[in-house]
Amino acid sequence: MTEKIKTDFEKTVKTSAFSEKDVALKEKYLNRFIENGFPSRKLENWKFSDLNQIIKKNIGELSFYNNDSLPNKVDTSIFVEGLEHNKIIFINGRVEKIDFTYEDQDKIKINDDFKFMDEFKNSNSLLSLNNAFANKCYKITLKKGYSMKKPLVIYHTTNEKIKSRNLNLRLEFELEQNSSLRLIDLFKDEAENNFVNIFYNFDLKEDAILKNYKIDKVINQNIRYSYNNIEQGKNSVSETFILSSGSNFSKNEINCNLKGEYSSAFINGIFSLNNEQHHEVRTIINHLIENTKSFQLIKSVLGKNSKSVYQGKIFVDSKAQKTDGYQLSKAILLDETSEFNAKPELEIYADDVKCSHGSASGSLDENSIFYLMSRGLNYQQSKELLINGYLLDVVEKITDSEIKNLIKSMVGISE
Amino acid sequence: MDTREKDIENLKDYKYGFSTDIENIRAPKGLNEDVIKFISNIKKEPKWMLDFRLKSFKRLQNLKEPDWQKPKYPKIDYQDLYYYSAPKSMSDKPKSLDELDPKLLETYKKLGIPLQEQARLNGIAIDAVFDSVSVATTFKDELTKQGIIFCSMSEAIQKHSDLVKKYLGTVIPTTDHFFATLNSAVFTDGSFVYIPEGVRCPMELSTYFRINASQTGQFERTLIIADKGSYVSYLEGCTAPMRDENQLHAANVELIALDDAEIKYSTVQNWYPGDENGKGGIYNFVTKRGLCKGRNSKISWTQVETGSAITWKYPSCILKGDNSIGEFYSIAITNNHQKADTGTKMIHLGKNTKSKIISKGISAGFSDMTYRGLVDINPKAKNSSNYTQCDSLLMGNKCGAHTVPYIKNKNFNSNIAHEATTSKISEEQLHYCQQRGLNPEEAVGLIVNGFCKEVLQQLPMEFAVEAQKLVGISLEGSVG
Repeated sequence: MTEKIKTDFEKTVKTSAFSEKDVALKEKYLNRFIENGFPSRKLENWKFSDLNQIIKKNIGELSFYNNDSLPNKVDTSIFVEGLEHNKIIFINGRVEKIDFTYEDQDKIKINDDFKFMDEFKNSNSLLSLNNAFANKCYKITLKKGYSMKKPLVIYHTTNEKIKSRNLNLRLEFELEQNSSLRLIDLFKDEAENNFVNIFYNFDLKEDAILKNYKIDKVINQNIRYSYNNIEQGKNSVSETFILSSGSNFSKNEINCNLKGEYSSAFINGIFSLNNEQHHEVRTIINHLIENTKSFQLIKSVLGKNSKSVYQGKIFVDSKAQKTDGYQLSKAILLDETSEFNAKPELEIYADDVKCSHGSASGSLDENSIFYLMSRGLNYQQSKELLINGYLLDVVEKITDSEIKNLIKSMVGISE
Repeated sequence: MDTREKDIENLKDYKYGFSTDIENIRAPKGLNEDVIKFISNIKKEPKWMLDFRLKSFKRLQNLKEPDWQKPKYPKIDYQDLYYYSAPKSMSDKPKSLDELDPKLLETYKKLGIPLQEQARLNGIAIDAVFDSVSVATTFKDELTKQGIIFCSMSEAIQKHSDLVKKYLGTVIPTTDHFFATLNSAVFTDGSFVYIPEGVRCPMELSTYFRINASQTGQFERTLIIADKGSYVSYLEGCTAPMRDENQLHAANVELIALDDAEIKYSTVQNWYPGDENGKGGIYNFVTKRGLCKGRNSKISWTQVETGSAITWKYPSCILKGDNSIGEFYSIAITNNHQKADTGTKMIHLGKNTKSKIISKGISAGFSDMTYRGLVDINPKAKNSSNYTQCDSLLMGNKCGAHTVPYIKNKNFNSNIAHEATTSKISEEQLHYCQQRGLNPEEAVGLIVNGFCKEVLQQLPMEFAVEAQKLVGISLEGSVG
C-alpha cells in the first residue's frame, strides 16, 4: 500500500494548485498515516470493527488519486422534493455546487481555502489521511444572530465512474453567537467498493443551535467513515440524528466538547441492517464545565448476518458538577446470525452528577406478537407494527417538525 | 466509648499492619529456570508439575505485561523479587498444630484467625497461607469423613496427584495472560478443595492469606472442584504488613463445577492499601475464573474489595453446561490514593444459561474506581439471559468512578439488560439521618451500608458482619 499511496500522493500534488507550504504540511500528514495505517482491531476504539480487514476484504487495493479537474453533471432527480432547501453537492468527492439561494448572502460567508485544524482530541489516522488528500476545505460561517431560513442539504453522491477509490471530504462550520443551522446529510451512492472518509468540524458559539441529520438509506457497497467534531459554547444546543442503514460498512463518530455552561448535546440514532451489513456509532461526550447536559438514544433492528455496534462514552471532568448525562442503547435481533455489541462507558471525576446508561438487547417480545395476532393481524404485520413503534420512539426525538416528517416518510414509519 | 467507636479507634490505622519477625527460607532473588526448579524441588513435586511450570515460564518469555488497565503503576522489576519465602520452621512440616512455631500461631491470633481447633465453635475450616506456604488446615478429620479433600496445594500435588493433574490449568491454562502465566510458573501454595459426588459440605471452608516477608510476591493457586450434585461455600481473607514498597500479589483461582454442583466463593480482601499519600500497598493482580462445566451447575462470586493499592481483577464465569448459572456480587471501595479496576466476565456457551452481575463501587479521597465487565452470549447459547447493574457512589470531586461494560449479543433469542448509575449521597438523605440524631459519619455509614446491602446479603453470616464494619472503616475520614 505504501508505494501506491506515495505515487498517488505525488500525482495529486502535481494536478492541484497547492502552495509549497501546503504540500509540506500534507506530506507530514501522509507520513503520519503511512506510519499508522488503517485502524485495526488492535486499537480499543476499533475493537468491534476492524477497518483494515474490512477494506482488505471488500475493496482490496485502494486508489487514493482522484482527478478533480473535470466537473460532473448534476443529476437534479436526486433532490429532495417537497422541501425548500439550500444545497451543497458532492459528486465523487468533488464539490459541484454550493447554493444558498434562500438565504441573506451577507449573513453567510463561504471560504474555500480554509486551512484545516491540526489536531482533534480523540482523532485517529483517518484524520491524517483526510488532511493529506482532501483537496479543498470549505468553511461556512453563519453570522451573529442569523438563523438560516431553510435547511441545508448536503448531497453525497457517487457514480459508476469510480471504483476502489478513497474519497476524502472536509467541511468546517462556524456558528456565531445566536445563529442556527439545520443540516441534512443525504447519501446516495451508485459507485461500488469505495472508502469514503468524511470529516466535519462544527464550532458553536454562545446560544448557537445545530441540528444535523445524517441519512444513509440507499443500499450500496461502499465503506463509509464519518467524524463530527462539535465544540459547544455557552447555552448552545446540538442535535444529531443518524439513520444508519444503506452502506455496506459505516462508522459514525461524534465527538462533542461541552465547553460552555448550560450547553447540551442530543444524539439519536437508528440502525436498520440486513445482509452482511456492519455499522457502528461511537460517541464521546466531554462534559467539561458545570451544568451541561447530554442525552443519547440508539436503537437497532438487525436482520440476517448483520452486526451493529454502539460505543458511547460520557466523560465528566472534575469541574463539571451538576452534569446530567444519559445513554440508552437497545437492539432487536431478528435472526440467528445477527449480532449486537455495545460498550456504554462512563468516566466520571465529579461527584454531584446524574449519569446513567442502559443497554438492552434481545428478540421481539413473543407475548406482544401473540397479543396482536389474537386481534387479527398476521405474524408479519404484528412484527412490522412492533418494530415501527420501537423505531418511532427515536424519530419522535427530532425537534424540527418539518424534517421529522421528511424522515418519517423516508424511513416508512407511520404514526 | 461504644463498640463502633472502639473499632474505628483500633482500625484507624491499618490494624493488620504489623509484621512478624520470623526466620525465613527464601529462594534466590529473581525469576529464572533455576528458581522454578528450586521451588519445585523444595516442595518435592513430581516431574509433571515441574514440566507444567517450565512450560509456563517458557511461554512467559514471549509475553508482555498488559497495559490497557486504567490504574497505571510503575514498572515492576520481576528480577528484583523473591518468588519463594517460607517460615524456616515449616521446612520440616509439623505433624500437628502443637508443633507449629508459636510465633506463627500468635500472628494468626493477632489477626483473629482461630487456628486452634478449640475454636471449633466458629464452625469454619481454615487453611492459613503465610507468605508462600500453607501453615495449617483445621477440621481435617471431620471433612475427611465425608470424603472432602481440603488441604494445601502442595499436599494435594503429592497426595491427590491424579485429581490435580486432571483439573489444574483447565480453566486458566498455561497459555493465558501475563500474570496468570507468571503464577503458573512460580505458584507456591494455596488451597485445594474437592467435594465428592452428592456431598453438601457441612461447614464453610476458608483460606486466610498473609504476606509477611518484604520484597516477596505472593503467588498462590487455588483449585476447587465440586463433583456432581455437591455444594461448597468457600471464603477467602487477606492481609499484609504495612510497608513502604509495593508488593505484588498475583494469584490464580480455578473453580470447576460439574453437573448440578454449586460453588459459592466469597472474598473479603483487605490487603494493605498504602498510606494516605499512596505510598506502599499491595498490587492485587489476581486471575479468578470459574467453569460451570456440567449441566445445571452454578458458580457465585461475592467480593468485598477494600484493601490494596491497586486492585485489578475480574472473577469470571464460563457457562459451558446447559442451564448453568453464574453470579457476581461485588462491593469495591477505594479511598485515599487507592485504585481499582475490577468487574467480571460472563461467557455464555451453553443453552439456557443465566448470569447476574451486581456491582457497587464507592470512591472517596483521590481514588479511582473502574467497573469493567464483559457479557458475551455465543450463537449457540440459546435462551440465555443476563442482567447487569452497576452503581457508583462518589464522595468528593477528587476521585473518579468509571464504568466500562462490554456487551456482545450474538444470539437472537437471548436477552441482555444493563443498567448503570453514578451519583453521590443526596443531601436530603444525610439531612434526614442527622435530624434523627446520627452524626455525619454515622449517617454516611448507614447510607453506604444500605447502598451495599444487595451484595452484603450474599456473604455468609460471620463475613457479612466483618464486611459491614470494614465498609464503614474504609471510608473513615472521607466525609465532609
